[in-house]
Amino acid sequence: MLSEKAVVEINQIKSMYHDAQSSLLPALYVVQREHGWLSPDAVEAVGDLLNVPKAAVKGVSTFYSMFRHKPMGRHLIQLCTNVACMIMGAERLVDILKSRYGLEPNNTTSDGRFSLVIMECIGACGTAPAMLVDTDFHDNLTEENIVEILEKYK
Amino acid sequence: MEKFLLRNIENPNSTDINEYISVGGYKAISKALELKPSDIIDEVKRSGLRGRGGAGFPTGMKWSFAAADPKKPKFILCNADEGEPGTFKDRPILEKNPHLLIEGMIISGYALQAEYGYIYLRGEYPRAKDILKDAIKQAHDKGYLGDNILGKGIRFYLHVHQGAGAYICGEETALIESLEGKRGQPRIKPPFPVNEGFLSKPTVVNNVETLANIPYIMEIGAEAYSKIGSPDCPGPKLYSVSGHVKNPGVYELPMGTTLRDIIYAHCGGIRDNKKLKAVIPGGISTPILSPDKIDCPMDFVNMPKHGSMLGSGAVIVFDETVDLAKVCLRAMKFFEHESCGKCTPCREGVGWMRAILERICNGSGNEKDIELLIEVSRNIIGKTFCPLGDGAASVVQSFIKDFRQEFEQHITKEADKEIKAAA
Repeated sequence: MLSEKAVVEINQIKSMYHDAQSSLLPALYVVQREHGWLSPDAVEAVGDLLNVPKAAVKGVSTFYSMFRHKPMGRHLIQLCTNVACMIMGAERLVDILKSRYGLEPNNTTSDGRFSLVIMECIGACGTAPAMLVDTDFHDNLTEENIVEILEKYK
Repeated sequence: MEKFLLRNIENPNSTDINEYISVGGYKAISKALELKPSDIIDEVKRSGLRGRGGAGFPTGMKWSFAAADPKKPKFILCNADEGEPGTFKDRPILEKNPHLLIEGMIISGYALQAEYGYIYLRGEYPRAKDILKDAIKQAHDKGYLGDNILGKGIRFYLHVHQGAGAYICGEETALIESLEGKRGQPRIKPPFPVNEGFLSKPTVVNNVETLANIPYIMEIGAEAYSKIGSPDCPGPKLYSVSGHVKNPGVYELPMGTTLRDIIYAHCGGIRDNKKLKAVIPGGISTPILSPDKIDCPMDFVNMPKHGSMLGSGAVIVFDETVDLAKVCLRAMKFFEHESCGKCTPCREGVGWMRAILERICNGSGNEKDIELLIEVSRNIIGKTFCPLGDGAASVVQSFIKDFRQEFEQHITKEADKEIKAAA
C-alpha cells in the first residue's frame, strides 16, 4: 500500500520523536502527498507501520480538516471566507468558482482539474481575500484576477 | 520606534543566516551561554515579558515552574499554530525572520535545560515550513544547534511539526495532544504543561512572538526592555490589522499603542472616506468594540477594562457598510466548525447559536431570538474545558450588547407580519 520511498521517509520522521505515535501527523502527510488523499487502506498501513491501532489512526485522520478522505482534483483550491476575507468580497469569489467552473465547496470539477475547500483563515487577512492553490499563496484576489490565476493551473 | 521583531525583513535574503548575523543576529546566544540558566530566567522575569499568544501569562514565571520540576527530559514547544482569524502577525517572523525565532528557542532551551524543541506550525503555512526547515539546517551547520553548541557542550535539537488544520490546537494542551499524534482535544488543567506536558514531561509552550522577544531581552537587558510600552506588560508588540483600513498589515509598535493610533496614525484611517462602525481588537474570539472605545491602549491590562481583550493583537476594522449580524454569523460558523466536540455546552451550544443567527440573517427570525441567543451563550460561558466556547459565547454577547439594532433590522415584528398578511 505504501511505497518504499514513503516507508523510508516515515522511518526517518520517526527518529525526530521520542515515541512512534508523535510521527502520525507527519506520516499521514507523507501518504497524502503521494496519493492525493488518505484511503482507508492507506490509513491502516500507516497504523501498522507506526504500531498505532487502526481506530486511533482513523480518529486522528478525520479530526484534522486538512486530511482528505476522498480523491481530490489535480489542483486543490483552499479559499478563505472567514470574516476578514468575507468583508473584502470572498463570498463573490465562491460564486465565480461556481459559475465559471461549476465548482462547489467540498467538490471536484467533472474534468478532475480543481477541488474546492473553504478555509477558516489562512493568515492572509491584511491582503484579503486570499486562497492557497496547492501550496501557493494568492492574495488580494478580485473577481477578475482569480480566474487569471487559476488558468495557470492545468 | 526601531524595529526588532521585524528587523531586516525588507531584505530579500533575510532568511539567510549570514544576513541575519550581519545585523547582529546570534549575538544574544553567545551572551546567554555565558550566564547560568537560572540567571536567564531571572532576566526574563525582570523584563516583564508576557506571553504574546493571547493569555498574557508572565513568561519568566512559566519558565521557572518548568525549570523547578526535576523530571527529564524537558521540552520547549513553539506555538506557531496561528489560527485565530484576523491574526497574521507571526507569519512575517516565520517566513522572513526565522533565525530570530530559532535563536529565541535555543536560548529558551538552555534556560530551561531542555534539549528538545518543536515548532508546531499550522498546516496552512506551507511556505513557512520550507523556510524554517532550511533555516534550522543553516543554524545546525553553523554550530548553533546540535550536540555541542558553540563548542560549549550544550545540546539542543529543533524540529518543525506541521499541524493539519485545527484551530483548537492553538490551545496549549490541545497542541501537546496533537504533537503526540492524537486528536487535538484540550486536557483538563491542572496538571499544567510545565509539570506534565508533552509525553507527561515538563513542557513550556510559548508563542512565536514571545520567543522572538527573548534575543531582544538578552541584547538590551531586562531594565531597558521593561521601559518599552506599557509598564505592566512591556515590550514591542506586533499588531496585525485587516479590514477597511487604507494600509492593512503587520505593525511593530510599543505595547499599549491605542486602537485609534493603530487605525488612524499607522494604517491611514478608514478607506474610501467611510465611517468606522466597529473594531474587533484581538482576533475573532475577542469581544467587538464600538468606535467610542478606540482610545483604549492595546495591552493585556487596559483592554479588559474596556470590555474586550488584547488577544493576539489582531485588529479587524469594519466600516459603516458592514452588516454585523452577518459578521457574527460567519464567526459562529467558524466556532462551530472548530469546536473539538469534547465539551457538550460548546459542541451543542455553538451550533445552536449559529442556527439562530442563520435564521435571523435570512429573515425568518422572531423577536425572541435575540434573548434566546443570550440565554444559550450564558449556558456555555464557564462550562467548558478550554476558552473556545467562552470565546464564541462572549462574541455573541458583545455583538448584541453594543450592536443590537444590527440584529433587530433583520427581524420583522409579529405585529408587522400580521399587517402584511392582512394586506
